[in-house]
Amino acid sequence: MSWSEFISMGGYGFYVWMSFGMTALLIAAEVAYVKHQRRNILKRLQRMAQMNTEVKQ
Amino acid sequence: MSINWFKYSSPQTFYPLAGKLTPWFNWTAGILAVIGLYWGFFETPHILSEQKQYYRILFVHVPAAWMSMWLYLMMVGWAVVGLIFNTRLSFMMAAAIAPSGAIMTFLTLWTGAFWGQTSWGTWWDWDPRMTSELILLFLYVGYMALQSAIDDTRRADRASALLALVGAICIPIIYWSVNCPDPNECTALHQQSSMSAVEPNIRIAWLIMVVSFWMYAFAIAFMRVRNVILERERNASWVAEMTGNEK
Repeated sequence: MSWSEFISMGGYGFYVWMSFGMTALLIAAEVAYVKHQRRNILKRLQRMAQMNTEVKQ
Repeated sequence: MSINWFKYSSPQTFYPLAGKLTPWFNWTAGILAVIGLYWGFFETPHILSEQKQYYRILFVHVPAAWMSMWLYLMMVGWAVVGLIFNTRLSFMMAAAIAPSGAIMTFLTLWTGAFWGQTSWGTWWDWDPRMTSELILLFLYVGYMALQSAIDDTRRADRASALLALVGAICIPIIYWSVNCPDPNECTALHQQSSMSAVEPNIRIAWLIMVVSFWMYAFAIAFMRVRNVILERERNASWVAEMTGNEK
């Protein structure tokens, strides 16, 4: 099987790659979003912790 | 041997456990996806010749469809445990599963549309299985919307758990939506499928992809539940101690 044959999928390339592409895209986006969310939460919690110690001092 | 399962029902003990398990599930999912895709594309050309290559869409469509239903059952399961035992962590798990379930349901519909266009000549039809899968997507979205609409977390958890429980009727409908009592009466596009009737190489690729999606579902649910725990337990002393140290 050559590279162009692989891409064309017997003429169904558009359908096959749109399906696989969307799956890959959404899974990558989901992982990236959850990681981004985690960084934001940690940053906010650290700020809160700092504010608390400053108030105590 | 007895394990104190209730120990892990506390967010404080589950948080690090989920963190430790995540990479294992992620790696298993990734490795299995590579094997499954390799099998689906390169061990099947003798069966999926020229005119049948669109069949490969099923290597993502079937796992996504299974996960869309399994994740709903998991979500309802945790929600019910939460309603009965009033455990915080179960509600957090339910909330962490919902977005992944919605994504899987969307992917099922999306890949299904491309499958439909190639094999049945239509992007969409009000076939019983497609219709009930669309309702499942609305249920996931409704669950998340209800959860974010109520400020009081405990009330939001209980209300959305009830919605999820009532909506669970959708799962058996999707599952059995292909069993038409009289073939002349209904025009379901989905046909009855049986794993054992499928060509062995295609079945291998399918099964590996299904397990890969399962592993991914565990990984992403654990990653998200850690966010939910931090968000909800932000005033707990253990969170303050941990984030204070994590600089």
